[in-house]
Amino acid sequence: MTDPQSIPASVPLWRAAHGRTGDKGNRSNISVIAWHPALYPLIEAQITEAAVASAFAHRRPTRVQRFCLPQLQAMNFVLDEVLDGGVNDALNLDSHGKALSFLLLDLPLQVPAALLPLLRGSVC
Amino acid sequence: MTSPSLLRIACAAGFSGDRTDAAGPVVDALIAAGGPAVLIFETLAERTLALAQLARRADASAGYEPLLDDLLRPVLARCLQHGVHIVSNFGAANPDGAARHIRRLAAELGLPPPRIAVVQGDDVSGPAFRPLLRSALGPALDQRPVVSANAYLGAEAIAEALRAGAQVVVCGRVADPSLAVGPAMAHFGWAADDWTRLARATMAGHLLECGTQVSGGYYADPGVKDVPGMATLGYPIAEIDADGHCVITKPPGSGGRVDLHTVTEQLLYEVHDPAAYLTPDVVADLSAATLTELAPDRVRLAGVVGRVRPDSLKANVCFETGWLAEGEIGYAGARAEGRARLAAQVLRERLAGLGPLRADLIGVASLFGDDAGLWLADQPDGGARDVRLRVALRHNERAAAERLTREVTALYTCGPAGGGGVRTAVRPTLGTLSCLLPRAAVPAGFHWLEEPP
Repeated sequence: MTDPQSIPASVPLWRAAHGRTGDKGNRSNISVIAWHPALYPLIEAQITEAAVASAFAHRRPTRVQRFCLPQLQAMNFVLDEVLDGGVNDALNLDSHGKALSFLLLDLPLQVPAALLPLLRGSVC
Repeated sequence: MTSPSLLRIACAAGFSGDRTDAAGPVVDALIAAGGPAVLIFETLAERTLALAQLARRADASAGYEPLLDDLLRPVLARCLQHGVHIVSNFGAANPDGAARHIRRLAAELGLPPPRIAVVQGDDVSGPAFRPLLRSALGPALDQRPVVSANAYLGAEAIAEALRAGAQVVVCGRVADPSLAVGPAMAHFGWAADDWTRLARATMAGHLLECGTQVSGGYYADPGVKDVPGMATLGYPIAEIDADGHCVITKPPGSGGRVDLHTVTEQLLYEVHDPAAYLTPDVVADLSAATLTELAPDRVRLAGVVGRVRPDSLKANVCFETGWLAEGEIGYAGARAEGRARLAAQVLRERLAGLGPLRADLIGVASLFGDDAGLWLADQPDGGARDVRLRVALRHNERAAAERLTREVTALYTCGPAGGGGVRTAVRPTLGTLSCLLPRAAVPAGFHWLEEPP
């Protein structure tokens, strides 16, 4: 019989990490910073360039790059051409794309039961 | 010989529009700590300079930070009396005008005339630079009225001015971190090719340059990321040592927080490849950077290394691009979302042919979406009961842009039931092109507003 404690839970990434968006021209960068060092390997394994490209598909990025900084328990995503031209050209109210970190932080993350106490926020 | 003591650099503005009462508490903290200290204000985002250039066109004495007086008046006397140097890019499109304003302000406050240096060389909008910009940008600019063209200068002219005895250094466009690198170079006597020390000071400047974004501002998310005292956030202070390492802290008793998480968010803010953070001064490498919490509200950055600076300087050219028209109308109660969606459809039909129309349902989908509307089209009607429709378009002709505002207003009688609270606006828009210019073509330096006695 499977031990229910060993079944991973799917949680939104914001429970395991936080981040901030920066912009330069038509390029956005979004940091993803684990709340705890023990959560970082899970995040690095699951929050891939492909996963982020998929979450931003409607923004039609021409390139998604990921840079890993394990000693900071952090990753930096760089998304090219996702700002509809950027601060001067986009029709978006948020022409900087400041809100986009919260789109990334909605990605699902599978977390083993043993690590659930490290998550923040009580509900999904 | 003992090594020079710590240099404290505080940042009291992270953009034009930041809180103007920020400087008082950080200046108090710098004076209480004693020792060499610098106060910086970063007030020049990508677009701010073009707006300043337009202001200067309208009034030749304007064109620098409009809130300069509010920023400096509360602290100028204490800074000058206690040897706290002031370095800022609040000169914007008119650094000499800003310098004259500061001299007037000092006189009003009954202070002796301060030694004010003005950094020059960033403005490349003059006719002499046009062939250079044309070769860097191609024909893109030929049909566009140029509003501003500025190169991002580095720290060297700031350092020279401070070494020559400046108490206040007024800049236009310089790279934001250079506002901190210049004072560190001057204080510690670093050479302009001391890459690793310059890289460390660059990252200290990077952590400072957005004001409270490193000390609890732009961070809070109730229940997940809690920040105490957000109405009285402490602006950051970097304690820089002779090797360029820094400790980030904030004034005692101020609101906010400085911890591993707030500092990491800001460390990566607007960074692309962490192994190559480019500035006019150096290429900084964060690959092995480490952060350590030494005590509450004290975080040390170490492990940054530097490599030789780029051969070229980045320049931004701003030009007029036409007009942005926006309009809003609100719907509430039963089927509000459906009525707002219908209003958007009506506007699409009425404005067809005028160019791409963006439609947002504020309260349903307004920020994550793309201008083409792919995101919104994917969101089914969720039955929202309080929705504001916002539409926007851009056009070269003002009269055409104004058609949007009239069509939104006409929804009062011709639109779906119960729409209210129409707001419309039309404003001129600016575009920006970036290019790289050879460093030698953009000579930077400084001059005195007034020769020091």
